[in-house]
Amino acid sequence: MSTGGDAPRRSAGGRFVDGLRTVDERRVAGLAGIRSRWRALPLVVRIAALAAVAVFFYLLPNLAIPLIPTPDTNFASVLFTVAVYVLVAVGLNVVIGLAGLLDLGYIGFFAVGAYSVAIFGSPASPLATKYPWLMLIPIAIAVSMVSGVILGGPTLRLRGDYLAIVTLGFGEIVRLIAVNWSITNGQIGIPNVPAPPGKFPDGSPLFGVIDTRPFYWLALTVVLICMFGVKLLENSRVGRSWLAIREDEDAAELMGVPSFKFKLWAFAIGAGLGGLSGALFASRQGFINSNSFDVLTSVLFVAAVVLGGAGNLAGVTLGAVLISYLPERFRGAAEYRFLFFGLALIAIMIFRPQGLIPSRRRAVELADRKREAEEEVTAGA
Amino acid sequence: MNFEFLFANIGDLTVTGLSQGAIYALIALGYTLVYGLLKLINFAHSEVFMMGTFGALFAWQLVGLHENNPIPSVPMMIVYLLVGLVGAAVWSGVTALAVEFVAYRPLRRRNAPRLVFLITAIGASLAISEAVGIATGRQQFGMPDLFKTTTLVTIGDAHITNLDLGVIVAAIVMMVVLDQFINRTRLGRGIRAVAQDSDTAALMGINKNRVIVLTFVLGGVMAGAAALLYNLKIGVTRADIGFLLGIKAFTAAVLGGIGNLRGALLGGLALGLVENYGSALFGTSWRDVVAFAVLVIILMFRPTGLLGESLGKARA
Repeated sequence: MSTGGDAPRRSAGGRFVDGLRTVDERRVAGLAGIRSRWRALPLVVRIAALAAVAVFFYLLPNLAIPLIPTPDTNFASVLFTVAVYVLVAVGLNVVIGLAGLLDLGYIGFFAVGAYSVAIFGSPASPLATKYPWLMLIPIAIAVSMVSGVILGGPTLRLRGDYLAIVTLGFGEIVRLIAVNWSITNGQIGIPNVPAPPGKFPDGSPLFGVIDTRPFYWLALTVVLICMFGVKLLENSRVGRSWLAIREDEDAAELMGVPSFKFKLWAFAIGAGLGGLSGALFASRQGFINSNSFDVLTSVLFVAAVVLGGAGNLAGVTLGAVLISYLPERFRGAAEYRFLFFGLALIAIMIFRPQGLIPSRRRAVELADRKREAEEEVTAGA
Repeated sequence: MNFEFLFANIGDLTVTGLSQGAIYALIALGYTLVYGLLKLINFAHSEVFMMGTFGALFAWQLVGLHENNPIPSVPMMIVYLLVGLVGAAVWSGVTALAVEFVAYRPLRRRNAPRLVFLITAIGASLAISEAVGIATGRQQFGMPDLFKTTTLVTIGDAHITNLDLGVIVAAIVMMVVLDQFINRTRLGRGIRAVAQDSDTAALMGINKNRVIVLTFVLGGVMAGAAALLYNLKIGVTRADIGFLLGIKAFTAAVLGGIGNLRGALLGGLALGLVENYGSALFGTSWRDVVAFAVLVIILMFRPTGLLGESLGKARA
């Protein structure tokens, strides 16, 4: 790889690129400083700090913090949307950030999860079952995971960019099936999607349409559990295999990592999390139709992961919050959101490809490639 | 499955399939050229095409041709066609160049991984289509009629209209010209050399960046031509037409063998046919599913396409 740090650090682009890089490096160094200081804290302090953050988020809809609440929409329901996006980003991060597979059709799994709850739970659907909501969620996750395996099985042997296009096609096929199939009922959709069980003491449903805070708390709980699970996975044998595959698939295979198997696992787990978030979304909406699952939203999901910092849970969370919260907060500018996030994608890829809060390993990988390119140029000149 | 309908209308389905396929083929050229050279899926190419449809519209409005104008005389029609072609080609070419300079060039300098290119391309695609969408109020724009569509020949039950014939012939002529350009001229040789081995080509005195720029312009011009034909055939345009046509054209390119110019033509025509037959069989609402299914199946079973990937192999 790199031939060492003492190689002449001149770049092809001249002074501008040089200046840019030092700023870049300083930023990474700053983050690393925070990170190592964080690691140096005693475990008890770290757990307490994380618990405090979690408590803060649980209390968020009840706190009247100036500027944060959304003036035009119910703040709790916006928070719910944000939580669903964060869950999506956590799931997509497994696929893109950890295993390095660019999945442009993630909305497909989201849709499969949402429709599973609706089709098996809504009395309006011909395939309705009597299963309670708590059974429907695992069913939705299972169906999404199976769809992930169905998509991944034949396609994961493809090269990265082809895989991206095939997944894009898959997302679009799922949407078109939702539009055309008689059971999903296209634009008319499926009403009466069941909500989670539970009643207030006065008999009104806990997860009703008026007060959305219980939904937010539910989603937040799910997000925290999933984050914890993904973090455990990341530090396990599976996670290390994903990283190895991402960095160099051939080398990983030579070291005895069955790359196809682990890629399929990444796909299935990602799909399951996508399905879970779709299921939550459908339960909250109470009604779904094919309009919620277009490709633009899928690209937005990818943008959340990539902007925030693929491979880093804090990063993708920030990305998801930005993507879902900003358009709601600045409702007047919502029209421009795709334009804005499109430009942001280009800018991030050019100036900070590791994302806003980078995963350290990925940042090193990217910096390594950059240095190789520059050495090639200086050697050739 | 409606086989009766398919066989009863097979002639007409073939004609419309071929003329739609011809448009796919012209767009597919842009994917294939850039891919052959840089191994990069230029996802923003769909928006290059979309810009072309608006370029032709602007050019026509500039010379005073509007949606509801009466059908012009034959000499004027030719003038208008040329004006539209120039407008579309310039607009598309400029868009393609802008994407190359703003988005791809900085990444190439840094030897960015493939997926970074693809994400950038998606960002560019999103940004362009949204910018146009906002600028045009997301409205649909109608095209002026340049000639009356009439049936020229009837073979069996196939009605071949002047429009379909014109589209197919124009596309094939453009492809032949491009093919000759790549195979016979100095610049074309440069493109093939860079596609084959860019480092060695650079040692032989080929200006790599100039070749890349030229390739983006060529792809853009072809997309412009496709845009003009699309305007004539479909008659309306919108800011969000790019995505679907782009992905179909990409399918066509992969179907024929990405990086292979003749493959793009073959793939485009084949996809147009398959799509039309498929929509006759399963119903028109499943038409796009057929196209995507073809893409998935091709990539799974023969990712090098029908003719193989070969821009670099001296034979375009």
